[in-house]
Amino acid sequence: MTQTIIDTANHIAGYAAKAAKVKVVAAYPITPQTTVVEKIADFVESGEMQAEYIRVESEHSAMVACIGAAAAGVRTFTATSAHGLALMHEALHWASGSRLPIVMTVSNRAMGAPWSIWPDFSDSLSQRDTGWLQFYCADNQEVFDTVIQAYKLCESEQVFLPAMVCLEGFILSHTYMPVKIPDQEKIDDFLPPYKGGWILDTNNPLSHSNLVTPEWYMEFRYMIQEAMEKAKQLIPQIDREYEELFGFEHGGLVEKYKCDDADLILLTMGTMGSEAKIAVDNLRREGQKVGSARVRVFRPFPVEEIWKLAENAQMFATIDRHISFGMEGFLATEIKASIFNRKDRPLIAGFLAGLGGRDVTFETIGKIAKKSLKWMRDGKVEKETEWVNLRG
Amino acid sequence: MVTIKELPKEEYLLKGHAACAGCGPSISLRLLFKALGNKVFLVVPACCTTVIQGTYPYTSFNVPLQNILFESTAAAASGIVAALNQRNLEDVTVVGWAGDGGTVDIGIQALSGAAERETNFIYICYDNEAYGNTGMQRSGATPYGAWTTTTPSGKRERKKDMPLIMAAHRIPYVATACPSYPIDFINKLRKAKEIKGTKYIHVLAPCPTGWRYDTSKTVEMGRLAVQTGLWALFEIEYGKFKLNSPSDRLVDKTKRKYVKEYFSLQGRFRNLTEEDIERVQRWVDEDWENYRKLSSNSVSDLASCMKI
Repeated sequence: MTQTIIDTANHIAGYAAKAAKVKVVAAYPITPQTTVVEKIADFVESGEMQAEYIRVESEHSAMVACIGAAAAGVRTFTATSAHGLALMHEALHWASGSRLPIVMTVSNRAMGAPWSIWPDFSDSLSQRDTGWLQFYCADNQEVFDTVIQAYKLCESEQVFLPAMVCLEGFILSHTYMPVKIPDQEKIDDFLPPYKGGWILDTNNPLSHSNLVTPEWYMEFRYMIQEAMEKAKQLIPQIDREYEELFGFEHGGLVEKYKCDDADLILLTMGTMGSEAKIAVDNLRREGQKVGSARVRVFRPFPVEEIWKLAENAQMFATIDRHISFGMEGFLATEIKASIFNRKDRPLIAGFLAGLGGRDVTFETIGKIAKKSLKWMRDGKVEKETEWVNLRG
Repeated sequence: MVTIKELPKEEYLLKGHAACAGCGPSISLRLLFKALGNKVFLVVPACCTTVIQGTYPYTSFNVPLQNILFESTAAAASGIVAALNQRNLEDVTVVGWAGDGGTVDIGIQALSGAAERETNFIYICYDNEAYGNTGMQRSGATPYGAWTTTTPSGKRERKKDMPLIMAAHRIPYVATACPSYPIDFINKLRKAKEIKGTKYIHVLAPCPTGWRYDTSKTVEMGRLAVQTGLWALFEIEYGKFKLNSPSDRLVDKTKRKYVKEYFSLQGRFRNLTEEDIERVQRWVDEDWENYRKLSSNSVSDLASCMKI
């Protein structure tokens, strides 16, 4: 029977790992992630979860232990934030290069220096090119559902790649929300027992990830790109299948809200997408044709969906909770790249907001939209990147 | 205790491997497989064995091998062990096989963590006393006075005592070995296999390429390291220290060869002065005084014994 619980996104991530019947968890504490693995520690010690929790001595070892466990044939999970994720960086490449379907939640936190414990996407977006799938969630239900969906997707033989499920620190990680947890038997039907693409096997003594000469390396990279493209097709399918079984869907690759007739589309990620919907409703009441498109999956990037959104819109406004220093927000760059080859394409204005946890409310987003609408009418984007609510 | 005649005929290190001529680590690998058979998952970080195994799509090992990041042998092994526990697969021995740089320097954190967690695996450091795969740079295991490409006039610091660092973790089994004494090494591996928990074996593996001696002299070089007392063969089983043959006969200083005999045969020690050699000889004698105390002490907890 479906159970409704009220809990934080971090605890919900723990519930999801339990529901996915993860066998090995290796993790290291870091704010704001820590309560994910505390929850799992409780589950493991109480016997509610039949798994081994390896209390490793660093995040680097956490990821490598997951690599080892997945290679030895079990479903694995870990969770981290910010500097922990950065410390994993090298191992993230190793996990995807080894084609191991590890799932990790990232409770997003801004990178130091200076120290910050509050959210932005500088941690996970800095890992953009590691070959991991990246999901960004807007609420706690989505965190649960996405973890389950991620295992299904990553363990598909067309994919065999790892995934990070990102949730903004504190905004979601420590915020209580009601979440529906489906019946375990139904989850088991949706998510069959673990099956990786390969396994360490004494009867089949292969050398895994050994030295590859230039004759072969490019083909391995090409296969990862192919898997990413396959994932792009599978994500909406899996989201729909999940909806049919459990009643929730989260928009597949991009959650679109009132985009069909919109002149201006606000492009966001994570919880800013929820605020954007309220902003859209307010603007619609004022007669402005505005829509919201929350990019739920950043890798693989939903180029085709963005292309479709560009068909009718006159203006895109991207809101990035992150900056690639010396350029602009990552989302802005990706959106521009996605539609560059279109004959008719909307104007694109990039906004930076909410870095280091500064609040981004529907009011903030409303202001962004109004400025964008003005630029749209003027036919000219005055500023390529605008810092929102920056102290003067 | 096995004898040379009882060694398995099977070879799991196959022909065509890419080791240098006279490679001490590859002799050690061959012995490792003979001792443990093929029910082994081998975890190998960046090290000479990355090359020795051969390049994709080939392998010269007849056991499954997980290549892993430089600093993370013991972390990968931890994950594998946990997965095997979950799968109730009890007949596979997980072996971490790492060089000295990957053990005493960049990998010490993961190894210390795995040992503290009592991870059930065998960790072997094959020590050629420098970063061999990258062309002989100084490591924490490089001995005093040795030339490396990053210590062109010779290292000015002493070798890190990794076996005793591991003993301080109170793991059930710590041992030293050398491929010049194959039976001793094999017996230690077989003993380690039967013990539950973290087992650490530190193998001094002579390297003609880095140590600058003739490729035919590898076994001799290992023997000299032991005979001079620069490398002692011992084991620490559940905290109890024991010198093994032939090191157990070398407690008396007069039985040990002079360290100069070892140094004079290796190009890497060319820059050692007489004063340096005297200094090393003094350190060796001090180490052996410590070994004597450790051997004669019957306390079960080595950590307290070491405070003597």
